[in-house]
Amino acid sequence: MRLERPQLFRLGVAAGVLLFLFLAPLIFTDYQYGVLGTKILWLGIVAASLIFLAGYGGMVSLAQTALFGIAGFVVANLVVFTGWSEWPAVAVGILIATSVGLLFGLIASRSVGIYFLMITLAFAVIVFYFFAQVTKFSGFGGVNNVSAPGLIGNPRQDPAPLYYAALVVSVLVYFGIRYLVRTPFGLALQGIRDEPTRMRALGFNVHLHRTLAFGVGAFIASLAGVLSVWYNSQISPGSIDVSRTIDVLVIAVVGGLFRLEGAWIGALVFTVLDDQLRGETTRFNTVIGIVFLVIVLLSPGGLVGIFGRVTEGVRRITRTRSGGSGEPPQAALDEP
Amino acid sequence: MSQQTHAAATHLPWQERLRATPLTRIVARIAIAALAVFVLLWVLVLADEAAVKEPRVFLRVLLLGLTLAGLFFVVASGFTLIFGLMRVVNMAHGSLYLLGGYFAFDLQQRLGGGSSVSTLGFSSAETSFWDWFLPLIAASFAVGVIGLVMQQVFLRWNQGQELRQALITIAISVILADQMLAHYGGLAEELTPPTSWPTSVNVGVDFGFFRLVVLASAIAIGIGLFLGIHRSRVGMIVRAGVDDRAMVSALGINIQLVFAGAFFVGSFLAGFGGVLGGTMISLDKGNDTAFLLNSLIVVIIGGMGSLGGAAIGALALGLVDAFSDIYLPAEWSNYSILLTFVLLIAVLAVRPLGLFGRPA
Repeated sequence: MRLERPQLFRLGVAAGVLLFLFLAPLIFTDYQYGVLGTKILWLGIVAASLIFLAGYGGMVSLAQTALFGIAGFVVANLVVFTGWSEWPAVAVGILIATSVGLLFGLIASRSVGIYFLMITLAFAVIVFYFFAQVTKFSGFGGVNNVSAPGLIGNPRQDPAPLYYAALVVSVLVYFGIRYLVRTPFGLALQGIRDEPTRMRALGFNVHLHRTLAFGVGAFIASLAGVLSVWYNSQISPGSIDVSRTIDVLVIAVVGGLFRLEGAWIGALVFTVLDDQLRGETTRFNTVIGIVFLVIVLLSPGGLVGIFGRVTEGVRRITRTRSGGSGEPPQAALDEP
Repeated sequence: MSQQTHAAATHLPWQERLRATPLTRIVARIAIAALAVFVLLWVLVLADEAAVKEPRVFLRVLLLGLTLAGLFFVVASGFTLIFGLMRVVNMAHGSLYLLGGYFAFDLQQRLGGGSSVSTLGFSSAETSFWDWFLPLIAASFAVGVIGLVMQQVFLRWNQGQELRQALITIAISVILADQMLAHYGGLAEELTPPTSWPTSVNVGVDFGFFRLVVLASAIAIGIGLFLGIHRSRVGMIVRAGVDDRAMVSALGINIQLVFAGAFFVGSFLAGFGGVLGGTMISLDKGNDTAFLLNSLIVVIIGGMGSLGGAAIGALALGLVDAFSDIYLPAEWSNYSILLTFVLLIAVLAVRPLGLFGRPA
């Protein structure tokens, strides 16, 4: 197989980034890679589940934090209150979160666009209030002292294993989604995103495809939920309230709502800003709100979109031609 | 295209429509209907039993539900008005609600009316009618202007881009929430109603007078909006604008002016609701989210953009809220939020666009 120059370039960049991430624990301090790096990775996974749904399914879902929280709460409950060992708890947590996701998808996927956004936001808030009210599941002020399996150990003593776990999951999620969107299912999903009426006429079950895609999104979000519980060694209703939901949306939009890489880039920007500004100002949310507003107003493609425009400009100058690929359209934010 | 088929489907006789619907949907409808009947019977039996033992409790809960529904309606009617005309989902609607409440609270403090009831636990100062009414009007007006500015500065040049507009209003709500937290702190505050008004009146049971005022205002606003939209010339333009924006502006009507007016009125109603809610319940930092959720659920149930739908949705939500708090068995009362969820599912399963929703 002969590779085109842009493809070779991309492969090189991907390999370089992976090598860099793999060596990060040697380069950075424990705080930088263990506290910030791991958080960037799991936040990126939640955002990736949103970008998968938004970019390839045309479904901007605000329920991802809720699904993330369901997985986290189930794991924490089973480990702390029921005394299960860690791995079965993880399996059950992911299973339950994915099932709830399928149920949500079943209800919401008959709606599109802005209706979908509102219905999933309602789901997110309902799940938050559920955990806030039912202290049987959420404890008083959260479930604390959730231990991670022996393989991960205690992230506070040695952050490396959890960092690598989050890295491996991130890489699997990234390439998993890239693979999935090239399968017949993924192609049909993109067809449904663009032309639901035609796809229905061609005999595709639009509703089923969207529901299943939502289930996949829930599965990805639940992976991040498990990682976050290990990372924080606790989970509380505050971990999934509306401002967290909006944080994930901010991350996805800042990174680029229609580009998968944007998930982790947005998480990087968000986490570093958070880390740098918390000491400087108590009004972090105002700053992030303004950043969000500026990005939405000026660049619908987010930071990846800005990067794309710059490289496009450079490419035009150097006259390197490249063919189209299966990427979602940049202008998708301007949908009717 | 889909609009035409939809319109055709609604004119078929019901047997034809039944034949045209897939079997799964019929089964789903029967299941939902059965569930609804079951829930209704269950509540009636429980309520009946309680009504025999404690008819006053039933009446009180009914009134609580109705007054809550009134408050929900005031807030959600602004939300649905803005959406119906402009297809803008104003995610900052909850923030405008809370902002209205806080503005009025500030003004009342400055007028020397209300006292810090929430912190001291008692009220010593006199609050005249004007000490309450002036903040109500001034705060609602101020919030209306803020909404108008928001629309003119950020939303007007993004018309037709629904998702982008929703994201813009989310960003604004994040900023507003943080600024309100900075200025008013995280403690619950309360507006004081006029001291000349009785605390409670006897309507079969002793019931909070102010809650009845809220219910009356909601009914007045509902009738006012209905008459304004269906009987006035401006309302005619608004209705025409909902159906076909381009055609209305082609007829020489300044649709931008109508949009601006609708955004002002919608935001005004959010602020108005905030003052009512701040007097009836309290003002707290999470209220913006709570009332955004309430408005969302009300309009998702009732159908986006429909005033009657908002009334039905508010009634459903208010009654479910009030009754589930009291009539659920004690060990289940924590799960009352799930009933709201079930309500949402039940409506969406049968009507994806809400009870009175129409395809855009």
